[in-house]
Amino acid sequence: MAEPEKPEASSISSQPSEPTPSPLVAAFQREHPDWVVQVIEALGETTLVVPKESIASICSFLKTWSETRFDFLSDLCGADRGVEEEPRFEVNYHLFSTTKHHRWRLKVLLNEDNIHVDSVTGVWRTANWHERETFDLFGVVFDGHPDLRRILLPEDWQGHSLRKDFPLRGYEPYSLK
Amino acid sequence: MGLENVIAEALPEVLTTRLDSLINWARKSSLWPATFGLACCAIEMMNATSARNDLARFGSEVFRASPRQADVMIVSGRVSRKMAPVLRRIYDQMPEPKWVISMGACATSGGVFDNYAIVQGVDKIVPVDVYIPGCPPRPEMLIHAVMMLQDKVMKESVRDRRDILEAEAREAVVPGTLPITDGSTARQNTLPETRPYTIASRHERRRSS
Repeated sequence: MAEPEKPEASSISSQPSEPTPSPLVAAFQREHPDWVVQVIEALGETTLVVPKESIASICSFLKTWSETRFDFLSDLCGADRGVEEEPRFEVNYHLFSTTKHHRWRLKVLLNEDNIHVDSVTGVWRTANWHERETFDLFGVVFDGHPDLRRILLPEDWQGHSLRKDFPLRGYEPYSLK
Repeated sequence: MGLENVIAEALPEVLTTRLDSLINWARKSSLWPATFGLACCAIEMMNATSARNDLARFGSEVFRASPRQADVMIVSGRVSRKMAPVLRRIYDQMPEPKWVISMGACATSGGVFDNYAIVQGVDKIVPVDVYIPGCPPRPEMLIHAVMMLQDKVMKESVRDRRDILEAEAREAVVPGTLPITDGSTARQNTLPETRPYTIASRHERRRSS
Protein backbone atom coordinates (compact mmCIF):
# COMPACT_ATOMS: atom_id res chain seq x y z
CA MET A 1 0.00 0.00 0.00
CA ALA A 2 1.68 3.16 -1.15
CA GLU A 3 -1.23 5.11 0.19
CA PRO A 4 -0.41 7.00 3.41
CA GLU A 5 -1.83 5.29 6.46
CA LYS A 6 -4.17 6.83 8.91
CA PRO A 7 -2.52 9.60 10.95
CA GLU A 8 -3.55 8.16 14.31
CA ALA A 9 -1.95 4.76 13.98
CA SER A 10 -2.01 4.20 17.73
CA SER A 11 -5.72 4.79 17.97
CA ILE A 12 -6.56 1.53 16.19
CA SER A 13 -6.26 -0.40 19.43
CA SER A 14 -7.88 2.29 21.53
CA GLN A 15 -11.08 2.57 19.51
CA PRO A 16 -11.51 -0.44 17.25
CA SER A 17 -15.25 -0.01 16.85
CA GLU A 18 -15.30 3.07 14.63
CA PRO A 19 -11.95 3.58 12.92
CA THR A 20 -11.52 6.62 10.77
CA PRO A 21 -11.31 5.72 7.09
CA SER A 22 -8.16 6.51 5.23
CA PRO A 23 -8.02 9.88 3.42
CA LEU A 24 -8.57 8.33 0.05
CA VAL A 25 -11.67 6.45 1.17
CA ALA A 26 -12.91 9.58 2.93
CA ALA A 27 -12.44 11.57 -0.25
CA PHE A 28 -14.36 8.95 -2.17
CA GLN A 29 -17.16 9.06 0.38
CA ARG A 30 -17.32 12.84 0.11
CA GLU A 31 -17.46 12.54 -3.66
CA HIS A 32 -20.23 9.91 -3.72
CA PRO A 33 -21.70 9.30 -0.28
CA ASP A 34 -24.43 6.97 -1.58
CA TRP A 35 -21.93 4.60 -3.17
CA VAL A 36 -20.37 3.37 0.06
CA VAL A 37 -22.39 1.03 2.23
CA GLN A 38 -19.58 -0.10 4.50
CA VAL A 39 -15.84 0.43 4.78
CA ILE A 40 -13.65 -2.39 6.09
CA GLU A 41 -10.01 -1.54 6.57
CA ALA A 42 -8.03 -4.39 8.09
CA LEU A 43 -4.56 -5.89 7.69
CA GLY A 44 -3.56 -3.12 5.32
CA GLU A 45 -6.38 -3.93 2.92
CA THR A 46 -9.24 -1.67 1.96
CA THR A 47 -12.62 -3.20 1.27
CA LEU A 48 -15.71 -1.25 0.28
CA VAL A 49 -19.15 -2.78 0.29
CA VAL A 50 -21.04 -1.03 -2.47
CA PRO A 51 -24.64 -1.16 -3.69
CA LYS A 52 -25.05 -3.62 -6.51
CA GLU A 53 -27.23 -1.39 -8.66
CA SER A 54 -24.41 1.06 -9.32
CA ILE A 55 -21.42 -1.28 -9.55
CA ALA A 56 -20.75 -0.51 -13.21
CA SER A 57 -20.81 3.24 -12.71
CA ILE A 58 -18.66 2.93 -9.58
CA CYS A 59 -16.08 0.95 -11.47
CA SER A 60 -15.98 3.31 -14.40
CA PHE A 61 -15.67 6.22 -11.99
CA LEU A 62 -12.83 4.63 -10.02
CA LYS A 63 -11.04 3.80 -13.24
CA THR A 64 -10.94 7.39 -14.41
CA TRP A 65 -10.94 9.34 -11.14
CA SER A 66 -7.60 11.11 -10.77
CA GLU A 67 -7.24 10.07 -7.12
CA THR A 68 -7.57 6.34 -7.70
CA ARG A 69 -6.96 5.49 -11.37
CA PHE A 70 -7.76 1.80 -11.02
CA ASP A 71 -6.83 0.86 -14.55
CA PHE A 72 -6.39 -2.85 -13.84
CA LEU A 73 -8.90 -5.41 -12.62
CA SER A 74 -6.60 -7.95 -11.02
CA ASP A 75 -9.36 -10.34 -10.02
CA LEU A 76 -13.09 -10.82 -10.00
CA CYS A 77 -14.50 -13.71 -8.03
CA GLY A 78 -17.61 -14.92 -6.30
CA ALA A 79 -18.14 -16.33 -2.85
CA ASP A 80 -20.86 -18.33 -1.15
CA ARG A 81 -21.21 -17.19 2.44
CA GLY A 82 -23.35 -20.17 3.41
CA VAL A 83 -26.78 -21.55 2.65
CA GLU A 84 -28.43 -19.93 5.66
CA GLU A 85 -26.76 -16.56 5.19
CA GLU A 86 -28.71 -13.60 3.94
CA PRO A 87 -27.50 -12.22 1.61
CA ARG A 88 -25.90 -15.43 0.56
CA PHE A 89 -23.59 -14.54 -2.31
CA GLU A 90 -20.99 -11.90 -2.84
CA VAL A 91 -18.93 -10.78 -5.82
CA ASN A 92 -15.51 -9.31 -5.15
CA TYR A 93 -13.70 -6.94 -7.43
CA HIS A 94 -9.98 -6.59 -6.81
CA LEU A 95 -8.75 -3.35 -8.29
CA PHE A 96 -5.17 -2.28 -8.83
CA SER A 97 -3.65 0.90 -10.16
CA THR A 98 -0.53 0.46 -12.22
CA THR A 99 0.38 4.13 -11.83
CA LYS A 100 -0.41 4.68 -8.14
CA HIS A 101 0.30 1.11 -6.98
CA HIS A 102 -2.57 0.77 -4.58
CA ARG A 103 -5.36 -1.76 -4.27
CA TRP A 104 -9.01 -1.73 -3.34
CA ARG A 105 -11.53 -4.46 -3.03
CA LEU A 106 -15.14 -3.81 -3.91
CA LYS A 107 -17.78 -6.17 -2.56
CA VAL A 108 -21.31 -6.62 -3.83
CA LEU A 109 -23.82 -8.65 -1.83
CA LEU A 110 -26.49 -10.67 -3.63
CA ASN A 111 -29.54 -12.52 -2.50
CA GLU A 112 -30.22 -15.98 -3.83
CA ASP A 113 -33.59 -15.06 -5.30
CA ASN A 114 -32.19 -12.10 -7.22
CA ILE A 115 -28.73 -13.15 -8.25
CA HIS A 116 -28.20 -10.52 -10.91
CA VAL A 117 -25.51 -7.89 -11.09
CA ASP A 118 -24.39 -5.59 -13.86
CA SER A 119 -21.39 -6.65 -15.90
CA VAL A 120 -18.20 -4.59 -15.78
CA THR A 121 -16.89 -5.83 -19.11
CA GLY A 122 -17.54 -2.36 -20.44
CA VAL A 123 -15.00 -0.98 -17.96
CA TRP A 124 -12.32 -3.64 -18.04
CA ARG A 125 -12.44 -6.13 -20.90
CA THR A 126 -10.58 -8.70 -18.78
CA ALA A 127 -13.73 -9.09 -16.71
CA ASN A 128 -15.21 -11.18 -19.50
CA TRP A 129 -13.73 -14.53 -18.53
CA HIS A 130 -13.75 -13.74 -14.83
CA GLU A 131 -17.48 -13.18 -14.94
CA ARG A 132 -17.96 -16.32 -16.98
CA GLU A 133 -16.09 -18.26 -14.31
CA THR A 134 -18.18 -16.72 -11.53
CA PHE A 135 -21.32 -17.57 -13.46
CA ASP A 136 -20.07 -21.10 -14.06
CA LEU A 137 -19.19 -21.93 -10.47
CA PHE A 138 -21.69 -19.82 -8.50
CA GLY A 139 -24.52 -19.07 -10.88
CA VAL A 140 -24.21 -15.32 -10.63
CA VAL A 141 -25.84 -13.77 -13.68
CA PHE A 142 -24.03 -10.72 -15.04
CA ASP A 143 -26.44 -8.50 -16.93
CA GLY A 144 -24.98 -6.99 -20.05
CA HIS A 145 -22.26 -9.58 -20.46
CA PRO A 146 -21.57 -10.16 -24.17
CA ASP A 147 -21.13 -13.94 -23.96
CA LEU A 148 -22.24 -15.41 -20.66
CA ARG A 149 -21.77 -19.18 -20.81
CA ARG A 150 -19.80 -21.81 -18.95
CA ILE A 151 -16.04 -21.65 -19.19
CA LEU A 152 -14.57 -24.36 -16.92
CA LEU A 153 -17.20 -27.04 -16.47
CA PRO A 154 -18.68 -29.05 -19.36
CA GLU A 155 -21.39 -27.29 -21.27
CA ASP A 156 -24.12 -29.74 -20.25
CA TRP A 157 -23.28 -29.48 -16.57
CA GLN A 158 -26.11 -29.37 -14.04
CA GLY A 159 -25.75 -26.95 -11.15
CA HIS A 160 -23.00 -24.64 -9.96
CA SER A 161 -20.29 -26.59 -8.29
CA LEU A 162 -18.74 -24.11 -5.85
CA ARG A 163 -22.01 -23.46 -4.05
CA LYS A 164 -22.00 -24.75 -0.52
CA ASP A 165 -24.99 -27.02 -1.10
CA PHE A 166 -23.49 -28.69 -4.18
CA PRO A 167 -22.64 -32.32 -3.37
CA LEU A 168 -18.94 -33.05 -3.53
CA ARG A 169 -19.38 -35.98 -5.87
CA GLY A 170 -21.93 -34.27 -8.09
CA TYR A 171 -25.51 -35.20 -8.64
CA GLU A 172 -25.02 -38.47 -10.50
CA PRO A 173 -22.26 -40.98 -11.12
CA TYR A 174 -20.56 -40.54 -14.43
CA SER A 175 -19.95 -42.92 -17.27
CA LEU A 176 -19.82 -42.28 -20.95
CA LYS A 177 -22.32 -44.28 -22.89
CA MET B 1 29.89 -64.21 -41.41
CA GLY B 2 27.15 -62.74 -39.37
CA LEU B 3 24.46 -64.29 -37.28
CA GLU B 4 22.25 -64.95 -40.25
CA ASN B 5 24.78 -67.38 -41.73
CA VAL B 6 24.82 -69.42 -38.56
CA ILE B 7 21.04 -69.47 -38.44
CA ALA B 8 20.80 -70.36 -42.10
CA GLU B 9 23.06 -73.33 -41.58
CA ALA B 10 21.33 -74.48 -38.43
CA LEU B 11 17.73 -74.05 -39.49
CA PRO B 12 15.75 -75.22 -42.49
CA GLU B 13 14.49 -72.69 -44.95
CA VAL B 14 10.87 -73.21 -44.07
CA LEU B 15 9.41 -72.84 -40.62
CA THR B 16 5.89 -73.78 -39.66
CA THR B 17 4.06 -71.92 -36.91
CA ARG B 18 0.60 -70.82 -35.94
CA LEU B 19 -0.63 -67.71 -37.65
CA ASP B 20 -1.68 -66.27 -34.31
CA SER B 21 1.80 -66.69 -32.94
CA LEU B 22 3.38 -64.93 -35.86
CA ILE B 23 0.94 -62.02 -35.93
CA ASN B 24 0.91 -61.59 -32.19
CA TRP B 25 4.67 -61.65 -32.12
CA ALA B 26 4.73 -58.88 -34.70
CA ARG B 27 2.12 -56.90 -32.81
CA LYS B 28 3.71 -57.15 -29.41
CA SER B 29 7.14 -56.29 -30.70
CA SER B 30 6.11 -52.82 -31.81
CA LEU B 31 3.54 -51.43 -29.43
CA TRP B 32 3.34 -47.77 -30.28
CA PRO B 33 1.72 -45.70 -27.53
CA ALA B 34 -0.40 -42.67 -28.20
CA THR B 35 0.81 -39.58 -26.42
CA PHE B 36 -1.80 -38.93 -23.78
CA GLY B 37 -0.13 -37.27 -20.83
CA LEU B 38 -2.74 -35.95 -18.43
CA ALA B 39 -0.98 -35.26 -15.14
CA CYS B 40 2.13 -36.02 -13.11
CA CYS B 41 2.09 -39.66 -14.22
CA ALA B 42 3.03 -38.37 -17.65
CA ILE B 43 6.36 -37.23 -16.26
CA GLU B 44 7.12 -40.80 -15.26
CA MET B 45 5.87 -41.98 -18.64
CA MET B 46 8.32 -39.66 -20.37
CA ASN B 47 11.03 -40.89 -18.08
CA ALA B 48 10.28 -44.49 -19.03
CA THR B 49 11.44 -43.74 -22.56
CA SER B 50 14.51 -41.80 -21.53
CA ALA B 51 18.05 -43.07 -21.58
CA ARG B 52 18.06 -44.47 -18.05
CA ASN B 53 14.99 -46.67 -18.33
CA ASP B 54 14.81 -47.04 -22.10
CA LEU B 55 11.45 -48.54 -22.91
CA ALA B 56 12.76 -48.98 -26.46
CA ARG B 57 14.42 -52.22 -25.35
CA PHE B 58 10.94 -53.77 -25.44
CA GLY B 59 9.83 -52.27 -28.73
CA SER B 60 7.52 -49.60 -27.42
CA GLU B 61 9.33 -46.34 -27.53
CA VAL B 62 7.68 -44.49 -30.39
CA PHE B 63 5.08 -42.20 -28.86
CA ARG B 64 2.82 -41.05 -31.65
CA ALA B 65 1.12 -37.71 -31.63
CA SER B 66 -1.62 -39.07 -33.87
CA PRO B 67 -3.97 -41.77 -32.59
CA ARG B 68 -4.21 -43.13 -36.13
CA GLN B 69 -0.68 -44.47 -35.78
CA ALA B 70 -0.91 -45.79 -32.25
CA ASP B 71 -1.60 -49.25 -30.84
CA VAL B 72 -1.82 -48.63 -27.12
CA MET B 73 -3.10 -45.67 -25.17
CA ILE B 74 -1.38 -45.00 -21.86
CA VAL B 75 -3.85 -42.99 -19.78
CA SER B 76 -1.36 -41.31 -17.49
CA GLY B 77 -3.13 -39.24 -14.92
CA ARG B 78 -6.51 -38.09 -13.74
CA VAL B 79 -9.29 -37.83 -16.31
CA SER B 80 -11.60 -34.90 -15.74
CA ARG B 81 -15.18 -35.13 -16.87
CA LYS B 82 -14.58 -32.48 -19.44
CA MET B 83 -11.68 -34.48 -20.84
CA ALA B 84 -13.61 -37.76 -20.85
CA PRO B 85 -15.33 -37.32 -24.25
CA VAL B 86 -12.02 -36.26 -25.75
CA LEU B 87 -10.34 -39.37 -24.41
CA ARG B 88 -13.07 -41.56 -25.78
CA ARG B 89 -12.80 -39.86 -29.15
CA ILE B 90 -9.07 -40.44 -29.31
CA TYR B 91 -9.63 -44.07 -28.37
CA ASP B 92 -12.19 -44.41 -31.15
CA GLN B 93 -9.75 -42.90 -33.62
CA MET B 94 -7.14 -45.52 -32.90
CA PRO B 95 -7.17 -48.40 -35.40
CA GLU B 96 -7.70 -51.96 -34.30
CA PRO B 97 -6.10 -53.77 -32.62
CA LYS B 98 -5.70 -51.42 -29.70
CA TRP B 99 -5.04 -51.68 -26.01
CA VAL B 100 -5.26 -49.37 -23.02
CA ILE B 101 -2.99 -49.08 -20.02
CA SER B 102 -4.44 -47.26 -17.03
CA MET B 103 -1.44 -45.69 -15.34
CA GLY B 104 -1.59 -44.63 -11.74
CA ALA B 105 -4.19 -44.46 -9.01
CA CYS B 106 -6.11 -41.55 -10.55
CA ALA B 107 -6.67 -43.14 -13.94
CA THR B 108 -7.53 -46.45 -12.30
CA SER B 109 -9.94 -45.33 -9.62
CA GLY B 110 -9.93 -41.55 -9.34
CA GLY B 111 -7.28 -41.67 -6.66
CA VAL B 112 -7.49 -38.99 -4.02
CA PHE B 113 -9.74 -36.91 -6.27
CA ASP B 114 -13.06 -38.31 -5.10
CA ASN B 115 -15.11 -35.40 -6.36
CA TYR B 116 -17.41 -34.27 -9.10
CA ALA B 117 -14.72 -33.13 -11.50
CA ILE B 118 -12.77 -36.36 -11.93
CA VAL B 119 -13.93 -39.56 -13.59
CA GLN B 120 -13.66 -42.32 -11.01
CA GLY B 121 -11.65 -44.70 -13.14
CA VAL B 122 -10.97 -44.50 -16.84
CA ASP B 123 -12.57 -47.94 -17.28
CA LYS B 124 -15.91 -46.15 -17.18
CA ILE B 125 -15.00 -44.76 -20.59
CA VAL B 126 -12.69 -47.21 -22.36
CA PRO B 127 -11.89 -50.87 -21.75
CA VAL B 128 -8.63 -51.19 -19.88
CA ASP B 129 -6.18 -54.04 -20.33
CA VAL B 130 -3.57 -53.36 -17.66
CA TYR B 131 -3.88 -51.32 -14.47
CA ILE B 132 -0.86 -49.86 -12.74
CA PRO B 133 -1.10 -48.79 -9.09
CA GLY B 134 1.03 -46.06 -7.62
CA CYS B 135 1.01 -42.33 -7.21
CA PRO B 136 2.79 -41.93 -9.50
CA PRO B 137 4.12 -45.34 -10.58
CA ARG B 138 7.81 -45.58 -11.19
CA PRO B 139 8.98 -46.01 -14.80
CA GLU B 140 9.89 -49.59 -13.99
CA MET B 141 6.25 -50.26 -13.20
CA LEU B 142 5.17 -48.84 -16.55
CA ILE B 143 7.73 -51.01 -18.29
CA HIS B 144 6.43 -53.98 -16.36
CA ALA B 145 2.91 -53.11 -17.44
CA VAL B 146 3.99 -52.95 -21.07
CA MET B 147 5.58 -56.36 -20.73
CA MET B 148 2.40 -57.71 -19.14
CA LEU B 149 0.47 -56.28 -22.05
CA GLN B 150 2.85 -58.02 -24.42
CA ASP B 151 2.12 -61.30 -22.68
CA LYS B 152 -1.56 -60.61 -23.07
CA VAL B 153 -1.14 -59.82 -26.74
CA MET B 154 0.57 -63.16 -27.24
CA LYS B 155 -2.49 -64.93 -25.85
CA GLU B 156 -4.89 -63.26 -28.25
CA SER B 157 -6.19 -64.65 -31.48
CA VAL B 158 -6.56 -63.01 -34.84
CA ARG B 159 -10.17 -64.08 -34.96
CA ASP B 160 -10.90 -62.60 -31.59
CA ARG B 161 -11.33 -59.03 -32.65
CA ARG B 162 -12.47 -56.26 -30.41
CA ASP B 163 -15.32 -55.55 -32.81
CA ILE B 164 -17.12 -58.56 -31.39
CA LEU B 165 -16.76 -57.15 -27.92
CA GLU B 166 -17.78 -53.64 -28.84
CA ALA B 167 -21.06 -53.84 -26.98
CA GLU B 168 -19.25 -55.11 -23.92
CA ALA B 169 -16.52 -52.55 -24.33
CA ARG B 170 -18.94 -49.69 -24.17
CA GLU B 171 -20.37 -50.89 -20.91
CA ALA B 172 -18.91 -49.61 -17.71
CA VAL B 173 -16.93 -52.63 -16.65
CA VAL B 174 -15.72 -53.37 -13.17
CA PRO B 175 -11.91 -53.54 -12.96
CA GLY B 176 -10.68 -57.04 -13.56
CA THR B 177 -13.83 -58.28 -15.24
CA LEU B 178 -12.87 -57.50 -18.81
CA PRO B 179 -13.22 -60.65 -20.93
CA ILE B 180 -9.92 -62.35 -21.50
CA THR B 181 -9.29 -62.22 -25.21
CA ASP B 182 -7.34 -65.41 -25.72
CA GLY B 183 -9.55 -66.67 -28.52
CA SER B 184 -11.93 -68.46 -26.21
CA THR B 185 -14.83 -66.21 -27.12
CA ALA B 186 -14.57 -66.99 -30.79
CA ARG B 187 -14.13 -70.71 -30.16
CA GLN B 188 -17.05 -71.05 -27.82
CA ASN B 189 -19.48 -69.37 -30.12
CA THR B 190 -19.94 -70.79 -33.52
CA LEU B 191 -18.14 -68.78 -36.10
CA PRO B 192 -20.27 -65.99 -37.53
CA GLU B 193 -21.37 -66.14 -41.13
CA THR B 194 -19.56 -62.97 -42.07
CA ARG B 195 -16.17 -62.22 -40.79
CA PRO B 196 -16.01 -59.43 -38.26
CA TYR B 197 -13.28 -57.62 -40.14
CA THR B 198 -15.53 -56.36 -42.83
CA ILE B 199 -13.42 -55.68 -45.88
CA ALA B 200 -13.81 -58.54 -48.30
CA SER B 201 -10.68 -59.71 -49.99
CA ARG B 202 -10.17 -59.13 -53.66
CA HIS B 203 -10.84 -62.79 -54.46
CA GLU B 204 -14.13 -62.79 -52.62
CA ARG B 205 -15.29 -59.65 -54.36
CA ARG B 206 -14.46 -61.13 -57.73
CA ARG B 207 -16.30 -64.32 -56.90
CA SER B 208 -19.46 -62.49 -55.88
CA SER B 209 -19.64 -60.32 -58.94
